[in-house]
Amino acid sequence: MKITASLRLAAAILCFLTLAVPTARAGDWRVPQLMQLLAQNKSGTATFVEKNYLSVLNKPVISSGDLSFVAPDKLEKRTLTPRPETLTLDGNILTIALPGKRPMTVSLRQHPEIAAFVESIRGTLAGDLNALQAFYTLKLGGTPERWRLTLKPKSERLARIFDRIVIRGTQADIRFIDLDERDGDHSEMAITQSDIRR
Amino acid sequence: MKVLGKHFALLVWLAGLVACVLVIASTRFVSDLSAFMPHAPNEREQVLISQVRDGIIGRLIMIGIEGGDAAQRARLSHELAGGLRRSGLFMGVQNGDEATQARDRAYFFQNRYLLSPDITPERFTAGGLHAAIADSVAALSDESGMLLKHIFPRDPTGEMLQLLGQFDGGSQPRHLDGVWASRDGTRAVMLAYTRAPGTDTTAQARAIATIRQVFGKLPGLEPDNRILMSGTSVFAVKSRNTIEGQVARLASASLLLVVCLLLLVYRSPRLLAFGLLPVLSGALVGITAVSLAFGKVQGLTMGFGTTLIGEAVDYSIYFFVQRLGQARLAHFWRTIWLGVATSIAGFAALLFSGFPGLAQLGVYTISGLIAAALVTRYVLPALVPANLRVRSLDRLGLALEAVIDRAQALRWLPLLLALAGASVVYLHAGKVWNPDLSSLSPISKADRRVDLTLRRDLGAPDLRYMAAFTAPNQELALQGAEKAGAVLHTLMRDKLIAGFTTPAAILPSLALQRARQEAIPDPATLRRNLKQALVGLPVDIDKLQGFLSDAGSARTRALLTRADLDGTSASMLFDSLLVKRSHDYLVLMPIRAPARDADAPLDIARIQKALQTTHLRDIMTIDLLKETTSLFENYRNEVLAMSEIGTLVIVGLLFISLKSVARTARVVAPLIAAVACDVALILLSGTELTILHLVGLLLVVAIGSNYALFFERLNRAGSPAEYRQTQVSLVVANLTTVGSFGILGFSSIPVLSAVGITVSLGAFLSLVFSAILSGGRLQSTPTPAVLP
Repeated sequence: MKITASLRLAAAILCFLTLAVPTARAGDWRVPQLMQLLAQNKSGTATFVEKNYLSVLNKPVISSGDLSFVAPDKLEKRTLTPRPETLTLDGNILTIALPGKRPMTVSLRQHPEIAAFVESIRGTLAGDLNALQAFYTLKLGGTPERWRLTLKPKSERLARIFDRIVIRGTQADIRFIDLDERDGDHSEMAITQSDIRR
Repeated sequence: MKVLGKHFALLVWLAGLVACVLVIASTRFVSDLSAFMPHAPNEREQVLISQVRDGIIGRLIMIGIEGGDAAQRARLSHELAGGLRRSGLFMGVQNGDEATQARDRAYFFQNRYLLSPDITPERFTAGGLHAAIADSVAALSDESGMLLKHIFPRDPTGEMLQLLGQFDGGSQPRHLDGVWASRDGTRAVMLAYTRAPGTDTTAQARAIATIRQVFGKLPGLEPDNRILMSGTSVFAVKSRNTIEGQVARLASASLLLVVCLLLLVYRSPRLLAFGLLPVLSGALVGITAVSLAFGKVQGLTMGFGTTLIGEAVDYSIYFFVQRLGQARLAHFWRTIWLGVATSIAGFAALLFSGFPGLAQLGVYTISGLIAAALVTRYVLPALVPANLRVRSLDRLGLALEAVIDRAQALRWLPLLLALAGASVVYLHAGKVWNPDLSSLSPISKADRRVDLTLRRDLGAPDLRYMAAFTAPNQELALQGAEKAGAVLHTLMRDKLIAGFTTPAAILPSLALQRARQEAIPDPATLRRNLKQALVGLPVDIDKLQGFLSDAGSARTRALLTRADLDGTSASMLFDSLLVKRSHDYLVLMPIRAPARDADAPLDIARIQKALQTTHLRDIMTIDLLKETTSLFENYRNEVLAMSEIGTLVIVGLLFISLKSVARTARVVAPLIAAVACDVALILLSGTELTILHLVGLLLVVAIGSNYALFFERLNRAGSPAEYRQTQVSLVVANLTTVGSFGILGFSSIPVLSAVGITVSLGAFLSLVFSAILSGGRLQSTPTPAVLP
């Protein structure tokens, strides 16, 4: 549960790897070039709509809310519908808060596997490709105008939970994050950038 | 006639010794430290507090495994847990292994309809089901949804989440390679819960030895693998071993030292043997008196027995040395008796202290001193041949006299030092007393650090606040816990408390289980209600067959009993919260304070008032921390008052005997100066005073008054030779005292070292100051001060 929480959070962080001054050219379109583009984000907000397709339900559950990121390490995912929930990552502390309940706090220091996961994403923010590659096999496809980055977990522990994360975007904008879970369920997150600063 | 008197004294003495030996032979000696911890004033509270300690804290052993790598430690953890479970000495061993966790999950999941607090008739109406399932569907989109979706078809109303929510207060240890590990991942950690109660130190020692033994024999042990253990029982066993080891060693070291000193002075083994007779008789009588008065003898009391050696040996020294001048025998005995009386006045203060150990010490010393003085007075003269004499100590005496005469010139020094000492104490105002009870504990700082570390690793619950009550049987105990839980729940809603733990959350009373069963409608009705509830929800009833069948079977199944908990870690928690005793059950409900004001104590009175509405016969809210610290303060004040009274009695005795304010002042002045300097030196060394230092100061007054008295008396009258003998005997007596207490000062048991340092320092200062202020012949005029 905590792993998946931070997984989605990490996906949300990825969506901030989005603003880039230089426009990439099609000629040398590889993962390092994408990382370079994404690494320059400082802070911003965005809205998201997430569809969860679950086998136990006959309709997807749709949730929406907003995301905000403040460099270097504060990130918030605020779900507004159908049920308010706030997920905050501040430094090493991950907090999940439901209204009227005691917030659940997880220190990443106490959970190195989660920490490693989140840190790898942070590493990506800093343009650290190695960190990301330590945990995933990366595959980039498409063109800079319509790219598609696939992350497949290397560790068995993560692979038991999900098959892959697919991130789609245009230049430095992340548009969709899809998560395919092991059991066939999947979720799609559509992101609308509203305000990004560098 | 005189011969008859002599024989009579010997006969009484021998008969007395035989009687003492007989009593001691059947005496129980204990060496735990509890006697040197204050006991609770109210008996009921005392019983409860001790039960609390017995119930949870006393039986728990925290274990850490270090060295190797994480995978190897995990393997050791599994094997150690297996070995300990097989040993039969433990009620439970937990290392966070997947099997136990799975059993825990299975227990809560399979029994959720009997365990969940939300199971009421309303829950299964169409409306109730709709609300609960809609909630779960919303939760599926949450971060927690990933966990829920697998159980959703069987648990669409989210009972499992409710159940888990009840236990989210205590933080769980982290997992590494499938077992519990420390926060930093360098240690595998586990918990063992002994079958034997915490008070059974011998059984605890066996449990601890078994853990070490099993660990030592584990296959694949790396050389750098190390096992750490902590817990109340580990401390108890350790301090018992320390006390047992040290008491014997310290007592023999003291004895050896005294023997050497006496041999040096007497130069005669026979005189030495006679000289030790009063001491040994006193010790036997002292132990017998304690045994008769208390029913058992504390090992530490025996450790303090060296105090008796120090004082009682003085009597025989005085006796032998003074024997040179037989003429003033009556005068001499008056002084001795006055000395005994002042000592008794000092030690009597201990009798009334709240510490059973100190009271024992008081009885031991008083009876021992009286016996030693009587033996010196009546038995020694009958035994010691008249021709056996101490060789002349005149040379030593002359040398001493010269030193003391010169020291007279320094009359201003004690006064100056007293003033300096007083100012040091004044400057330390507010930092004089150590409020921490653990400063008396013989547990080393390193051990306490290990304890703190393991406690943090394991996320052991803070057991500071507790509601407790008793009930005649398990069912009533659980019903009571449910009632108290309802009250605590409202306090939680009012944010007065952050949460609580109750045994009823793990195993509800049969009555409540039955009520929950009755809340579940028959299968046809449930199906109808569910169908209606699902209108407008993205769930098909076909997906929820698991729910219908689970709820249906829960309705008619056998109720849960304690046996259903076997093999789960929840059973350990349950047993520690519901303690089965010989006649009844004790229920403990730990209460958590809100995190925001962790330092601000809970409003115990308000909680207690709220809990009293449950009409549970003896429900009580306890703050264990406050309980011990406030007790400690009370006892310190009590001992302080007793010491003051003791000091006043001593001064009164001196005044009555000396019949002069001026002479009394001459005796008391060096004592005041010695006490002031003693306290100042201890404070300057960076030690804060504890109750035991206070006891030490009292002994300084009691012992020091003897020196002052002898000096004062002897410069009243007597030949120069007699005067010199007194000086010699005083110095020897002082050296034995300083030596035997000084040895205590080296003990690693704080109780012993506090008294040892205080007394040896104070006694030495008393002698020096007495020599300067009261000593010296009256006729000798002080020479002008010439400082070297």
